Amino acid sequence: MLSYMIKRIAMAVPTVLIVTLLVFGMMRAIPGDPASLMLGDVNDPALLAQLRHQFGLDRSVPEQFVLWVTHLAHGDLGMSIVRHQPVAELIRTTFPVTAEIVLSATLLASLIAIPAGLFAAWSQNRRADPAIVLTSILLVSLPSFWVGILLMWLFGVKLQWLPTFGFESFSEVGWGTVRYLVLPVIAVALGEIAVLTRMMRASSLEVLRLEYISHARAKGLSEPRVLLRHALPNAFGPALTVVGLILGHLLAGGAVIETVFTLPGMGRLLVESIYARDYPVVQACLLVIALLYVLVNLVVDLLYPVFDPRMKL
Amino acid sequence: MKLRSFKRFNLTIGTVLVGLLVVTALLGLVYTPYDPTDVDLVTRYAAPGIHHWLGTDEFGRDVLSRIMAGAAVSLTVSIGSVLFALSFGTALGTVSGYVGGWLDRLVLVLVDALMAFPGLLLALGIMTVLGPSKWSVVLALGLAYTPSVTRLARGGTLSLRSRDFVVASQAMGNSGVWTLCRHVLPNCVAPLLIFSTSLFGSALLAESALSFLGLGVPPPAPTWGGMLADSRNAIDRAIWLAIFPGMSISLALLGINMLGDAVRDLLDPRMNGGAK
Repeated sequence: MLSYMIKRIAMAVPTVLIVTLLVFGMMRAIPGDPASLMLGDVNDPALLAQLRHQFGLDRSVPEQFVLWVTHLAHGDLGMSIVRHQPVAELIRTTFPVTAEIVLSATLLASLIAIPAGLFAAWSQNRRADPAIVLTSILLVSLPSFWVGILLMWLFGVKLQWLPTFGFESFSEVGWGTVRYLVLPVIAVALGEIAVLTRMMRASSLEVLRLEYISHARAKGLSEPRVLLRHALPNAFGPALTVVGLILGHLLAGGAVIETVFTLPGMGRLLVESIYARDYPVVQACLLVIALLYVLVNLVVDLLYPVFDPRMKL
Repeated sequence: MKLRSFKRFNLTIGTVLVGLLVVTALLGLVYTPYDPTDVDLVTRYAAPGIHHWLGTDEFGRDVLSRIMAGAAVSLTVSIGSVLFALSFGTALGTVSGYVGGWLDRLVLVLVDALMAFPGLLLALGIMTVLGPSKWSVVLALGLAYTPSVTRLARGGTLSLRSRDFVVASQAMGNSGVWTLCRHVLPNCVAPLLIFSTSLFGSALLAESALSFLGLGVPPPAPTWGGMLADSRNAIDRAIWLAIFPGMSISLALLGINMLGDAVRDLLDPRMNGGAK
């Protein structure tokens, strides 16, 4: 068990290194350097040279990388060219918004999809199963940004129950923040419910066919008990991996839903910075999201043995 | 509904919807009721009716014409990016799996690192580098999907490498290239094809998402995602601007997903869920 954990953590190290290298390389591949972009139309070679020196752009590329990583390790993500604020500060203020959406949507999706998938598998070859499968195909075909706009129209414009834009964070208004989150969370959760239901159905089908389930039934256990006590824990393992993927998917998809509802999250920051060619911010957002994704997958893999005791052997 | 008739239902509806998408896209290339980029300020925000079946947008452009032209854009971009990922990924995966050694390790490390980026994020990053154009979207999505294809192709090749017919081909003195193309590749095709149907759906969705964000195919080319983005400005008076492009994306995705499921069931009987 311990050796599995150490091995898995060790596997993440080269991934983190290469992800960092890739993000750095991607930003270096953009034509034009940040210093000349920052100056815009100002034609002042002396100032340009000074800025280039300040950013370390006059050094060799490997040196620049080492410098960048050293700064990263100190929590220094550089300065935003457009907003003239430390990038770390920008990330700190926008990240909680994204996190609130991603976590609530994942929780909502799990609460609905896990029972639904288990139930669909249990009722295989009966009416309910094709209905659930069909619903999940329908849901997975609805783009979150479309659902978001329709929800905004219905509940924001027509019924005027919920705000259509803007945001007040949890720290400002407490649970009042829920008003701003309901629609975005539903919009992104629908598709994920579909994906997770299908995965949960598939893994439950595998489990329900096994002998220990027949044995549990032969013992005279009630169906709910067979499902919840015996089938669910073993079927949950593979679904957990999908929960990890969903978290990552939503982190990246945040850009889209935050744009629909003009929420001040990290995805919106990323998109606006791409428009504004604010490369230090783009670089930092890409890196933070990718590293979070690596971390989530690491945690999921480390949790795996908890749900699948066979892994401990 | 019985499971078998349900599968037939999947196949039928999927084929019809995908057929509709292809026909609309092809028709959109040669004929649209109005010029999709033609501005007519007199007929701004016209509701769906006899002249403009699906209404007009804030510049008086015909929504139906734009959806038809947008279908062509979406379809070319998603087919292009899937073909790119499929050819590049398969070549990389089979060669690295077949040759093995340091090349294989290098490819594996790279692929793992690239897969650490959620697909859309990687595409966003690549679009930042390439700048917006139709072919950068194809390249960005193609590159974003290459790692998963590479991994699948490599896995297939690894399991085939020690099979008798491959070893026999090597023993007969055939070149590596011949063995790879003649014996390994054909046996990798089925899983790759199944996978590419799901990639196709992802690519179409990602293209729309990128256009929605204003980071996809740039205007004035009509895109479904771009139309949805514009619809937000008129959400209180012209909801049809949001309904029809969104419905087009959804129906296209629904068709691709249903057809994909049906194809997978046909090619892979193990996925039948044990239905006897």
